[in-house]
Amino acid sequence: MKSSLQGSKKLGKFLFYAGNIVIGLIFVSPLIWMISASLKPEAKIFANMNSIATFFPVDPSLDNYFEVFRRINMANVFKNTLLYIGLILLFDLIVNSICGYALAKFSFKGRRLMLSFVAALMVLPMEALLLPLYIEMAQLGWVNTTRALVIPFIAKCFSIYMFYNFFSGVPNELLEAASIDGANPISTFFKIVMPISKTVYATVFILDFVAHWNDFMWPFLVMTGAETRTIQLAVQSFFSTSPVHYSAIMAALVVSAIPMIVMFVFMQKYYVEGIASSGIKG
Amino acid sequence: MSNERRLSGRQKSERLAAYAFTSPAIILLIAFLVVPMCYTLYYSLFKYHIIRPDDMRFAGLDNYAKLFHDGNFWKALKNTAYFTVIVVPVQCALALGLALLVSKRFKGVAVFRTMYFGPQLTSMVVISVLWAVLYNSNPNTGLINSVLAGLGMEPVNFLTNEKTAMNSIIFMSAWQGAGYQMMIFLAGLQGIPSSLYEASSIDGASKLKQFLYITLPSLKGTVKYVIMITMIQAMKLFTQPYVMTQGGPKNATKTMVYYIYTQGFQKGNFGYACAIAAVFFVIVVAMSLILQKFTNEE
Repeated sequence: MKSSLQGSKKLGKFLFYAGNIVIGLIFVSPLIWMISASLKPEAKIFANMNSIATFFPVDPSLDNYFEVFRRINMANVFKNTLLYIGLILLFDLIVNSICGYALAKFSFKGRRLMLSFVAALMVLPMEALLLPLYIEMAQLGWVNTTRALVIPFIAKCFSIYMFYNFFSGVPNELLEAASIDGANPISTFFKIVMPISKTVYATVFILDFVAHWNDFMWPFLVMTGAETRTIQLAVQSFFSTSPVHYSAIMAALVVSAIPMIVMFVFMQKYYVEGIASSGIKG
Repeated sequence: MSNERRLSGRQKSERLAAYAFTSPAIILLIAFLVVPMCYTLYYSLFKYHIIRPDDMRFAGLDNYAKLFHDGNFWKALKNTAYFTVIVVPVQCALALGLALLVSKRFKGVAVFRTMYFGPQLTSMVVISVLWAVLYNSNPNTGLINSVLAGLGMEPVNFLTNEKTAMNSIIFMSAWQGAGYQMMIFLAGLQGIPSSLYEASSIDGASKLKQFLYITLPSLKGTVKYVIMITMIQAMKLFTQPYVMTQGGPKNATKTMVYYIYTQGFQKGNFGYACAIAAVFFVIVVAMSLILQKFTNEE
C-alpha cells in the first residue's frame, strides 16, 4: 500500500518533469534550430528535416557569419543602434527619475494634475501619433538622424511611474535629516536619494533597453537610409534582399540576438524583477 | 517666528525644485505625445496628400465618411479584432499555465523558467523572420511542414492561405509573448500566502478546487493587469504581418496599424491616414477604459 503510494508519487514526479521538458522544447526548439542552421552550409540546412538531426549542426562552420558581416556593415549597424539606445537611456534615466521624484516627494501646486496627466498618457498608443510625429521630424530636418530616434522617446510615462513608485517608498525621515543638515532639495536628491536607488535605475534601464532594442516601426519610418539602419531594420531588410541564403539569414538573426542575451545574463535579476513588479503595482 | 520663515523658505525652494524636476519630462511629453495627438485629430479633418502639402484643404468629416465606406478599413478593423480576441485569452492562459508549472521550487526550475522565457530574448523581427522560414509551405524547406509530412499529414500553407495566415501569426505571437506574462504571474503566485493552501489541504480540498477558490481569486489584480497589457499590445499588431506576410494574402493579415502605414506612408494620404489613426486611438483608449471599469465592478 505504502510502496504503491510512493510509486504513484514517483510516477507523478516523472510525468511532471516529462511535461515540463516537452513544453520547454516547444519553446526553445525553434531557437535551437535557428542556431544550428546558422552553423550549417546552405545545402544542408533543409536536409534531414524530419529527424532530430536537424537540430544539430554537422561540420559546423562560421562561414554564414562571415557572409553576414560581408554583406551587412554590422559595425555601423551596431554603432547606430547602441548610440541611439545609449542616448535615450541616458536622458530617460535622468529626466524621468527627477520627474518621478518630484511627484513622489515634493509638495507643489499642480502635483495631482501632473500625476493624472502622466497616468492618462500611459494608455495613449504611439502608433496613432506616428504620422504627425513624422511630419514634425521632417519639419525639424531630423529624418535619418539619431535625433529623430532619441528626442521624442526620452520622456516615458511608464518610467516616470516606476520611479514615482520607488521614490514614494523612500522614508521621509531621511530627506528631513538631509534638509536639517542644510542640503537643498535638489542636492538631497543627487547626493542622498540617487545612490540608494540603484535597483530602480537598473530596472528601468533594462526594461527600456529591451524595448528599444526591439524597436521596429518608428526606426523603419524615420531611418530610411542604408547607412542609418538600426539592427532590426538590418535584419528585416537582409531577409528580403537577394540572394536569399537561409543559413546566412539565421546567422544574422543569431548575431542580432547576442546583445540581448548578454544583457539578460548580466541583468537577469533586474529584468525579471522589473517585469514582475510592473504587474504587482499595476 | 524665525522657524516658520525658514520653513516657508524651504517650501519655496522645494516648489522651485519641483518645477525644475518635472518640467523636462512634462515639456517632452507635451511636445511629442500631446501635440502629435492633437495634430492627428487636426489633420484628419483635412484633405492632405504628402506630395501636395501646399494644397491642404479643410474637408470636415469627409475622411471619416470615406472610412465608413472603405472595405479595406473594415477588413483591417476586423482582422485586428480577431487577432486581439483570440490572442489575449490564449496567451494569458498559456502564461498562467506555465507560471503554475514552475511556481514551486524543484530541481531544475530555473532551467525550465529560462526555457519558457527563451523566445523573449530575441526581438519580434527575429522571431517573425525565423517563423516565416519555419512556416514555409514546402515540406522540403519548412520545418513544421516536414514534421507534418513525417506524421503522414498534408502540408499546410500556413502564411499563404488566407484562412490560416492570421492563425499562424497568432500561434507564433502567443509562443513568443507568453514567457513575459509568465514572469508577471509568477510574482503574483509568490505573493499568495502558503498558509491558505495548507489550511485548505487539511480541509481536503482538491488541487482544482484550490486553483479555483484560492489561486484565481488571489491573482485577480495580476490577471487584470496581464489582460490589459496583452490587449493593448495586440491591438497594435504590425511587425509580424509586415515581416511575414506584407498584410496578405488577400489582406487577411492587414491590421489597423498596418493600414495606417499603408495609407499614410505608402500612399501618402496623410489626412485619411490620420482619420484611421484617430479611430484607432479612440478604440484603444475605449477598450482600456471598458476593461478597467468592467474588472473593477466585479
